[in-house]
Amino acid sequence: MGPFLFKRILTLIGTLIGASIVVFLVLEILPGNAAEIMMGPDASPDVVQALSTQLGLDRPAWERYWNWVTGMLTGELGNSYAYSSPVSELMLERLSLTIPLAIMAMCLTTVLALVVGIYAAAQHNRLGDVGLMGVTQVGIAIPNFWFAILLILLFSVKLQWFSAGGFPGWSEGVLPGLQALMLPALSLAFVQAAILARITRSAVLEVMREDYVRTARAKGLSQRATLWGHVLRNAMIPVITVMGLQSAELLAGTIVVENVFYLPGLGRLIFQSISNRDLIVVRNCVMFLATMVVVVNFIVDVLYAVIDPRVKASDI
Amino acid sequence: MSAAPGRSQASSHRSPQGEGVPVSAAPGRSQASSHRSPQGEGIPVSAAPGEGTPVSGATTISSHATPGIWRRALHHRSFVFGGVLTALLVFSALLSMFWTPWSPYEMNLPGKLQAPSEHHWLGTDIFGRDVASLLLVGARNSILVGVIAVSIGLFIGTALGLLAAARRGWVEELIMRLSDFTFAFPAILSAIMMTAVFGAGIVNSIIAIGIFNIPTFARITRASANATWSREFVLAARACGKGPWRITFDHILPNIMSVLTVQVTIRFAIAILAEAALSYLGLGTQPPQPSWGRMLAEAQTLMFQAPLLAVFPGVAIAMAVLGLNLLGDGLRDLMDPRLARKR
Repeated sequence: MGPFLFKRILTLIGTLIGASIVVFLVLEILPGNAAEIMMGPDASPDVVQALSTQLGLDRPAWERYWNWVTGMLTGELGNSYAYSSPVSELMLERLSLTIPLAIMAMCLTTVLALVVGIYAAAQHNRLGDVGLMGVTQVGIAIPNFWFAILLILLFSVKLQWFSAGGFPGWSEGVLPGLQALMLPALSLAFVQAAILARITRSAVLEVMREDYVRTARAKGLSQRATLWGHVLRNAMIPVITVMGLQSAELLAGTIVVENVFYLPGLGRLIFQSISNRDLIVVRNCVMFLATMVVVVNFIVDVLYAVIDPRVKASDI
Repeated sequence: MSAAPGRSQASSHRSPQGEGVPVSAAPGRSQASSHRSPQGEGIPVSAAPGEGTPVSGATTISSHATPGIWRRALHHRSFVFGGVLTALLVFSALLSMFWTPWSPYEMNLPGKLQAPSEHHWLGTDIFGRDVASLLLVGARNSILVGVIAVSIGLFIGTALGLLAAARRGWVEELIMRLSDFTFAFPAILSAIMMTAVFGAGIVNSIIAIGIFNIPTFARITRASANATWSREFVLAARACGKGPWRITFDHILPNIMSVLTVQVTIRFAIAILAEAALSYLGLGTQPPQPSWGRMLAEAQTLMFQAPLLAVFPGVAIAMAVLGLNLLGDGLRDLMDPRLARKR
């Protein structure tokens, strides 16, 4: 595990540095003068000049990059131009919504996908399998924001069980908060669950063809015991891999879904900051999401090695 | 064997993948981050082909070599269904260039929010525009985005992947590391970065989606090309004195064509989804140009008055994406019988 983990951590750090350089280049160097963008086209040169100085845009690029990176490590992200409050505070406030939303969505995805995938595999080529796989095929093709709109149409407009959007805040209690996140989480989870269910099904089917499964059955284990004891553990390897990739997708999906439901989360903050031309907030939020994506994939890589010891051997 | 040492590694790219283990995402891991499986860059659909995308399966059956492929194709359910849906999409787009039932740009406020009728098959929107006409022109928009965005990824990404496989060493390492950290930015995120700097618009979102496609194609190309490079007929070609470029174009490229074709249909679907999401957010196609995503955004404010308006554009997106996905599945099965048999 040692050398493997060390190599992985090095890759993780390298990827994060690379990603931060990309973000910095795109959002800081490419625009030319960020102050001009932030003040809009009608701003007077004096005002732009003043903001440039305030933001330190007159200093060399490497120095600004260094200040930004060290700032991120110490939590000093600077001030939002539009909200005139510290970016770190803004982000923390918004994350108190986005993180629970992402976790709910991931849990829903996992449960739905495993139940459907394993059931379909058990029913291989029978009606239940064919029907469910048809549903997942359609589920994959549905954009998550449209599914969200359909959920609102059904549960808010017709049945009026849930509100069509907005968030009461955690101060109103956990239950109303969770209720407000239910439809958004479901719309994020549905598409991802469709993908994961297909992966689960084919992984289970693949493992069931293995010789050791036949051996397990031959030595008298029941079908159920074989499934839980031999098939699932091995089938989980690809499933976990895909789950890791999906959590990246889920995080990106929150940007869209939070906008459908008008949820004050990180995704909506990014979106609003673009309208406000608040590049400092955009830069830090994008970097945060990218970091999450990279870290989640790192965790998946390590988990993967824990489940499948062969990975380490081939990797060192 | 003096020609071979650089290649010895290549074969290791093949073996663990176990010729076409259906879930290709898994084996990708064992190669570290070098090629993270096609699903990697995953917008939803991306994982759909999970059951056997032949990326690392070292597929080398070229499409033209199989006689009777059309006969098999006509019996392949997903291929036929996907083909029909895709043809419908292309037909709608072409049709919209010459004819739409009504003008998609002309407003008619007295006739707004009409229910579907014989005059307006799918009703009218808040500005009195004919929804069916808007959908037809929206198809053109989606295809435009898909074609350009996928072409950017296909040409640049494939070139980089071929280069990585042909040169190996530090060139390969550099290209793969570069594509590793672009992986940190899902399509929506990179598009949002672009629009933050350059402003919202269709061109910027096409470029953003296209850039996002580059590392995907680079990884897939490299993985398949590496597998092909390690084969005997390439060794024979080297022995005949062919240089790396000749081999790349004469042998490697034709052999990875089927993998690329499948990937193009899937990436096309992903591009349509990404454009719809961006336009929904107001960052993609700008008014008055009709776009399915923007139609949904407009419809969302009218859900109590005209719920159907929020249904039709979504159905259009879903049908287009479903068609392309099924077509991709079908193509994969048809071009790689070994995988098809496994299913």
